[in-house]
Order: sequence, then structure tokens, then C-alpha cells
Amino acid sequence: MNAKRTKGEKTPKSERKPGKVKGKVKNATKIARTMLGRVIMGRHANGMRRVAITGMGTVNALGRDVPSTLEAMREGRCGIGPLEFRDVERLAIRIGGQVRDWEAETYFNRQQIVLYDKFTQFTLLAAREAVAQSGLVFEGELGLRSGVVLGTAAGGMNTWDENYRTVYEEGKNRVHPFVVPRLMNNAACSHLSMEYGLLGPSFTVATACASSNHAMGLAFNMVRSGAATVMLTGGSEAMLCFGGVKAWEGLRVMSKDACRPFSATRNGMVQGEGAGVFVFEDWEHAIARGADILAEVVGFSMSADAQDIVMPSAIGAERTITGAMLDAHMRPEEVGYINAHGTGTAANDKTECAAVAHAFGHHADRLMISSTKSMHGHLIGGTGAVELLACIMALRDGVIAPTIGYEEPDPECALDVVPNEAREARVEAVLSNAFAFGGLNAVIALRKA
Amino acid sequence: MTEIRDRIIQIVAEQAMLDPSELKLEMSPQDIGIDSLGLVESIFAIEEAFDISVPFNANEPEKSDFDISTLGAIVAAVEKLVAEKA
Repeated sequence: MNAKRTKGEKTPKSERKPGKVKGKVKNATKIARTMLGRVIMGRHANGMRRVAITGMGTVNALGRDVPSTLEAMREGRCGIGPLEFRDVERLAIRIGGQVRDWEAETYFNRQQIVLYDKFTQFTLLAAREAVAQSGLVFEGELGLRSGVVLGTAAGGMNTWDENYRTVYEEGKNRVHPFVVPRLMNNAACSHLSMEYGLLGPSFTVATACASSNHAMGLAFNMVRSGAATVMLTGGSEAMLCFGGVKAWEGLRVMSKDACRPFSATRNGMVQGEGAGVFVFEDWEHAIARGADILAEVVGFSMSADAQDIVMPSAIGAERTITGAMLDAHMRPEEVGYINAHGTGTAANDKTECAAVAHAFGHHADRLMISSTKSMHGHLIGGTGAVELLACIMALRDGVIAPTIGYEEPDPECALDVVPNEAREARVEAVLSNAFAFGGLNAVIALRKA
Repeated sequence: MTEIRDRIIQIVAEQAMLDPSELKLEMSPQDIGIDSLGLVESIFAIEEAFDISVPFNANEPEKSDFDISTLGAIVAAVEKLVAEKA
């Protein structure tokens, strides 16, 4: 189309058309365009990818799958009751959100059970549900580009407890050869990678009560940055055994009767157990295969109070809440619901309410905030994962899970805590708070898909 | 009974890193410089020393049967628990 030009003569700018160059130059252009394409394909101007949740699974005191758990949350049902395990009569605290009548044989074979502590069993069962829902098969390239980040505070606590009993109490001098691979904090993560052939970045984080939120925040950032296409993430805890509860009892922050977050009559936390696992997937990847997107993960923030090993700081919590909204490019007025850390201790609940009030200003009186720990108990390292289910329910079903056990207003917790009964409401954006012992904070932000 | 008092003063003084002579029975845990965590640790030490179980929940210290408002109140409460045990 151009008139012939002699060698070395430049094509006038107006005549240059990309895609029409030939030879070596074509390759260079192709490479440049591919690199450019990577930036353009993501929806964010800064080149970051959007992150979809395409699967969710759980085991906890309210149910052994997501539908039964969400149904219990809608009904405001309490999963907390008398604990059942060996030596429970030697405890002062005898209630918890226990997964009742758990028989590992129902889900796993003998060879698996030998290697799976209860926290791993919970994780694998939750993951089965999540992966099945996502419809993903991790073959070839996708397996290489997918990984696992999980949270747990105590890992295989039941295995520690049983084997200490064997050597100390029963005086035996031999333990099972798989004690170490069973109890290690990364056991659940590793078994999950093996189960699905996930060959990418995989690890476990332990930040006490914020473990799951930290794990999910890291998974979010790995998919957002393009480091992974899919991450299985969430967390698990199985601390309801004699040694586990005895240790918590010592701190004197546990309630003997109920978990009543934000109520003036609250008298402490109640432990739970279980797992929550989610599929975080590159948005474009999910769209391309026609996946059902449950919600979008849009922001995450983490920080340290650097102040006290057990007492929470309102400033640290506020900083993290604000940080998550900034990361998500979310205005405070957009947030309709917050799943609170809401442990039911005197210290946490008033500190958290002060932080929310400061972070949201006038909007604090318009948003809803509830603590589902009142129903499933505090799953410690797994709690953020189970609580994310309430966030997804709010966005997807327009149902806000209640704070049950609420008896009396506390002027220091003067927010709409959705007392005792679930509520129907349309919300576009939500936050999930986690403020751990050790002053480690992690807040995650979701939007309706 | 002075034995119980002296032992409690010793425990609390150790927790506060003070000399026992610096403590007075009318002082509150705050006056002595003991925070909630220090209080929980002192109560554990008291339980161990007297082989008693102290009903104390850090969430509602004021509602507890065990009065911790002053050092003297703690001594009186422990004396009661020790007497009940006997």
C-alpha cells in the first residue's frame, strides 16, 4: 500500500500502522503488545487483577456444609453446648462450639486418618465442598499456577494432647511414627495441595485469632498481583480437647455460660472448632470459563498494635479498617455490613466499637455489625474463614446474620449489632474484622459480584 | 492469718517488682501498678500457694464474688476461701 522506499528511509508517522510490520520487528512488537496486554486485561488501572470467590466450604458447630451453616445463621441458631471429650470434668469451662458426633471414618480411610489430625480433616472436608462448587480441575498449567494459604493458630492440637497423655500420664515410652507430620501447622495445607495437585505457592500462617484473615488476605494479593491464578484459602482450628481448653481457661477470659457479644451482660468468649475454605480465582479466568462468582474480594489491610500481648488497641483496629477500605477504593458510606471480631470479652467489644465509630464517623450509625461467634463460637485461627460465609450471605442473599445472646445494650457498644434475629437488607460492600492476641490486625473487604 | 496476709503481699509485690514493705492494704491493684494481666497472674500464684480455686473472670471483675478492689480485700477474700476449704 505504500510507495516503495529506499533502504533506511523512515516511514512517515502518519503511515505507521501497528501489526503490519514484518520480520524480526514483528516479534519484538508481539512481545511488547503481550506485555501491554497483561496490564490492560486486568480491570484495575494499576494493572492489578480482580479476584473472584468461586467456591466455599465449611465444617463448624452449625453445620457440615455451607447451606446448613447459612440456614443456622439465618435462624439465629446457637451451636454452642456442653463439651464432650476425655477429662472434660476436670475443666472449669465446659461449653464450646463443638462439631458433634464427628466420625472421621465417614469421610476418610484408615491410611488417611493416621495422617490427618482433626484440623486437617476439617480442612479437607471444607475444601471438597469449595472445590466442587467452583468446578475447577487443577490440571496442567492451572495446577502450576494454583496454591494454598491457610490459617491456623494451634495446628494439630489434638495430636499433641493425645500423645503427651500417652507419654506423661500413661508413662509409655513410644508414640506413633506419624505424630510430627500429623501435628505440624502446615499439615492441612500440604494435604490440600496433594489432594488437588496444587503445585504453586503454598504455606500456613499463624496469627492467633487473625490467622484466617491473614491467610485470605495473602491469597487475595497473590491472585490480584498475578502470582497465582487460583488460591485455596481460609483456615481451620481444632483446639477443643482437654489441653486446649485448659490453656484458655487459665487466661480467665472464657465464659461459662454463653457468648454474648456487645451485650452489657457479656462475660467472655466461647471457643469453637471447624474450618472454612474458599476458592479465590483470577476474575478473568472465572469469567472465561463461565463460573458462578459468589463475591469479589476487593481489599485487605493488616497491621500491628505494637502495644500489648493481649489487650486490643482501638487505634490499631481503626487503622486496619480504614486501610482495607483504602485498598479497596471503597468509601465508608458504601459499607453496609461488618462481620465483627466480636469475641464477647469486655475488652474486645468496646474497643472494636470505638474503632468502627472512629473509622466510619456518622455512617457508623447506619451500618450493621454482627458477631456470628455468638452462634459458632470463636474458631481462633479458623474463625475469619467461617465468618466470611456470613459476609458472602449478606452480599449474595441479602441476609444479615444476627448477634445472638444479646440481652442488654452496652453504651460502649452503641452500634446496630443486629441483635438476636437475622435481617433482610441489600448491601453492596462488606468488611470482615479480625484482631488477634498479640495486637495483629487483619481486615478484608468484599463487594457484591 | 498474718501468714496468709504476708504470703499474698509477697506474691503481689513480686508481680509488681516492688519491695513488700512498699505495699499497703488499702492500695488498689492500680495503685500498686498491676494491670489486668498481672492480676490474672497474681491470682494464679495465690491459687497455687493456698491450693484454692479463686472465682475470677477478667471480663467482669466487679461482678466476681472475689473482691479485688484493694490488697486488703484480696487478703480477706483469700482468708475466706482458705477457711472454707478447711
